[in-house]
This record gives sequence, C-alpha cells and structure tokens, in this order.
Amino acid sequence: MNFFHRHRGLTPYLLLAPGVAWLAVFFLVPLGFLAYQSLQSGNIDFGYAFTWAWGNYWHAIRDYRTQFVRSLEYAGIATLLALLISYPVAYWIAFRGGRWKNLLLLFIVAPFFVTYLIRTLAWETILSDNGFVVNTLQSLHVLGPSGRLLATSTAVVTGITYNFLPFMALPLYVSLEQIDERMLEAAEDLYASKLHAFLRVTLPLSLPGVVAGTLLTFIPAAGDFINAQLLGSPDNHMIGNVIQSKFLELTDYPAAASMSFILMTGILVAVAVYARIVGTEQLTGTAA
Amino acid sequence: MSSIAVPRQRERNVLAAAFGFVRYHVLTVYSLLFFAYLLLPIAIVVVFSFNHPVGKFNFTWQGFTWDNWRYWDGIPGIRGAIILSLEIALIASVIATALGTAIALALVRYGFRGRATTNILIFLPLSTPEIVLGASLLTLFLNLNVVFGFWTILIAHIMFCISFAVVTVKARLVGFDRHLEEAAMDLGANEWTTFRKVTLPLTAPAILAALLLCFAISIDDFVVTYFNSGSSVTFPLFVWGAARIGAPPQVNVIGTAIFVVALTAMLANVVFQRRREVRA
Repeated sequence: MNFFHRHRGLTPYLLLAPGVAWLAVFFLVPLGFLAYQSLQSGNIDFGYAFTWAWGNYWHAIRDYRTQFVRSLEYAGIATLLALLISYPVAYWIAFRGGRWKNLLLLFIVAPFFVTYLIRTLAWETILSDNGFVVNTLQSLHVLGPSGRLLATSTAVVTGITYNFLPFMALPLYVSLEQIDERMLEAAEDLYASKLHAFLRVTLPLSLPGVVAGTLLTFIPAAGDFINAQLLGSPDNHMIGNVIQSKFLELTDYPAAASMSFILMTGILVAVAVYARIVGTEQLTGTAA
Repeated sequence: MSSIAVPRQRERNVLAAAFGFVRYHVLTVYSLLFFAYLLLPIAIVVVFSFNHPVGKFNFTWQGFTWDNWRYWDGIPGIRGAIILSLEIALIASVIATALGTAIALALVRYGFRGRATTNILIFLPLSTPEIVLGASLLTLFLNLNVVFGFWTILIAHIMFCISFAVVTVKARLVGFDRHLEEAAMDLGANEWTTFRKVTLPLTAPAILAALLLCFAISIDDFVVTYFNSGSSVTFPLFVWGAARIGAPPQVNVIGTAIFVVALTAMLANVVFQRRREVRA
C-alpha cells in the first residue's frame, strides 16, 4: 500500500497546499498589510506608526474625489463603448462565422499579442497632433485648427476602450455561440419577426455574456493608470495615477494604501449596483 | 379587428425586412471595419519598426530602414530587459502551472471541506484591480524589509498567474472521462501510476495552454512589476522608461517580434484544431 492509498482523505489537501499557501502568503497577507498600512500615520523619514488613522480615508476622499469619480466615469464609458462596439461583431462571428470562427476569434485577441504599453504608444502615434486622425477631423471642422486629441479625455477613453475590448468581445461571443439556433427558428415559426426574435430570444440569452464582459472590462479599467499617463494630461489623471505616484514617488504609503482600499470598495459598490440593475432587467426579460 | 391588424402587420414586415438587411449586409461591413480598427494599432507598431526617425520621437513617418531590426539591441539596457522578462516568464509560468494544475485536480476530483473557500480564493485575484495586487505586495515587502528585484518580481508573477492556470486546467478536467482512470485501476495500476500514465497525458493540452497563457501574461505585465521591481528592469518597464523621453523604434521591433511569435503559435493551434475536427 502506498502513501496515497492509506491517506485518501489527505490527497486533496496535499494537492492544494502549495498553491493555496502561495496565494495566502502573497495575496491575502499583503491585503492585510495594506489595510494595516492604510491606518498608519507618520512619514517616510521618521517612520510610520499604527494609530488607527481613519483620517487617511477621509483625506483621500476629500482631496481626490475628482480622480475617484473620473476613474469610475472613464471606466464606465469605456465599458459601455466596448459593449456597443463589440456586440455586433460577436454576433456576426457566432452566427455567420462558419468555419472561420476560430480564425476570427484569433483576430479579436490579436491586440493582446502586442505588449500593453506598446499598443498604447501606438495610439499615441495615431492620435498625435500631426497624425491623420487629427488632420482629418480638422479638415472636417470637427476639431479647431489648433484642436488636439492627445492629452484629452477622449484619448484616454479611446485607449481604455481599445485595450480592454477583447475582455468584452470574448464572453459576448461565448454566450451568443451557445444559443441554439432552433430556438430562433421556433420563435419565427411562432410568427415572431427576426427583430422580435432577436429582442426576445437572442438578447436575453446573451445577457450572461454581457454581464461577464462588463465586469471583466470595468474592473481593470477603473484601476488603470497607463492610458491616462500616456494619452492624457494631468487633468485626465485617474485614481490609479494618484496611487502610483503616492506609493512610488511621494512615498506617502498610508495615503496610497487607503486609496487602494477606497478604489476596491468603489469597484465593489459599482459592481453590486450593476448586478442589481441587470438582475431585475434579466427578470423582466424572462417575464416578458 | 382585422382592419387594425393589417397595417400593423405591414409595419412589422418593413421593420423585419430592414432588420434582415442589417443582419446580412451592414453587419458584415461593420465587422470588417471593426477588424480594421482592432488591427490598426498593430499595423502602426509593425510599420514604425521600420521608421527612420529624425528626432527622438517615433511619431511621424520619415523613411524606411532595416537598421532598427539589424541593431535591435542598439539601445543601452534593452537586451538585459528582454532577458530578464524571458527568465521571469519562463520560471513563473512553470511554477504557477504546476501549482495551478494541482489545485485544479483537487477541486475537480475530490470533495473536501473548504472547497468553496478555495474557489473564492482562486477567483479573488482575478477580480482585484492589478494596481491593488501590486500595491499590497509592495507593502508586504516594504514592511518585511525585503530587497526588491528578481525574486520579488518572480514571487509577484507566480501569484497572479496561479489563478489563470487553475481556471484553464479546470475547464479541461471537468469534461474528462473518469472511466479511463477506473479502467486503469481495475487493471492493477495504483493511483500514482494511473495519474502518470492516464491523467497526465490526457490533461497535457490543458497544461500546455496554461503554460502559454501564464507566459504571455507574465511577459506583458507592467503594473504589478512596476510596484515590485526595485531597480530591476523588465521589458515593459523599459518601454515605460523609454516612453517618457520618446520610445526608440527598437521598442517597436521587439513588440513586432513578440506579436509574430505569439500569432504563429496561435495560428498553429487553430490549424491543428481544424485538422483534428476534420479527422473526427
């Protein structure tokens, strides 16, 4: 009899132990340290001491409310844009892709094969002051002669939308692809027009993909600081930029730690509200 | 009654016809435009890797040259950054996949106390913004006075890769025919032999997929690395530093090279799957 046979009940724990221990020590414990740090006061020269300094949280909200709101705003707009842009394409691949489905999906994730920072720099090139986008918009008088796209909120939202688009498109595709086309045939047999079949059958059935895609896009987008740094001006800085500079440039650790927690809470609240809304919509969708 | 129903019916037909037209033509054109949008920045990266910039900014097209490719490591620090990124990605993906596969096996194969908690622990890092992952590890290392560098980067990368590995391998294990293992046991193989000769070969594609995914995520990571690197420079950190003073075209060269390698690997996978489907 070998060891595994004698201790069958132990096997799962032995398999789990190393990975779970790694996550506990380098994910959970650090979150604890972050919480501990967020309630400290002092400065880098004289050291920090734990003083239940809840003031850090109030100061963070008082001084950086604009950046917090802006983060949720940019992330929200980018998520909505990503949804609107990629839904038709996900639909097209799922129902009309045929034997090319896998290849088309490969195109969808292609941006991920280029280093994140490099593809953001490519947007810097595209939106630059002498680039063809700005020139075209200027000749169409959408932009004034000295108008620019770089260093505006438009550029930042464009960058975020592009960078996280595959996170939206993939779950949408998965949920649309799973729809049994016989359901649509049944709807049409029951005299639903194609439009009604879409609104009453396809759309509600794709909602799980919409929810998953929204969360996968919104969460990283709200914490992002790369797009705001490379494509925006200080007026477009998000809370990620503030956390980053407080941690790595100003070494104001307690402030930065408390902001990280506020960001996490903000995201959780936004997600909860969203789940609430979608939940009821989904209910009315099935009830209709 | 019917006199009311007829015009409504007609209105519906017009709408339905319009929707049908949209579905069949506009949608296709739109999708092609979408792919153009998606691939435009990639094309820019590739094209500008052949640019011959005059000033320090590689923003406008000046002229064609092979020099950036010939002297890809002509910028001080770029070679070291690439080597460090490759080392970290290689080690982190192997360790994270090993740990993740073990967790996936335990989660799919065994009922045990704490299973739900483990599932939550796996999903939490995936739903935490990267900046919080990076910041919390930074505070841990700061408070323990750990020296930042290779090891802190490696620890961080393994941490955020584990969950991706678990999810990838788990997806495959769920659809696994357990009768094959029972058959092996019936034929006298013990658990370890069964695992080695049956389970492992059948899960190999998923393990390979997890390895590649972890490698890709690790080599691309900026945020968590930025917080925990000290003075070490990985390739994304090099790009970040270079972007502040104007990124040289060599950055595009490496970006293009990574893109081509990843694309080739994925295309090979698509072709391989297609062949298997045809044979099946």
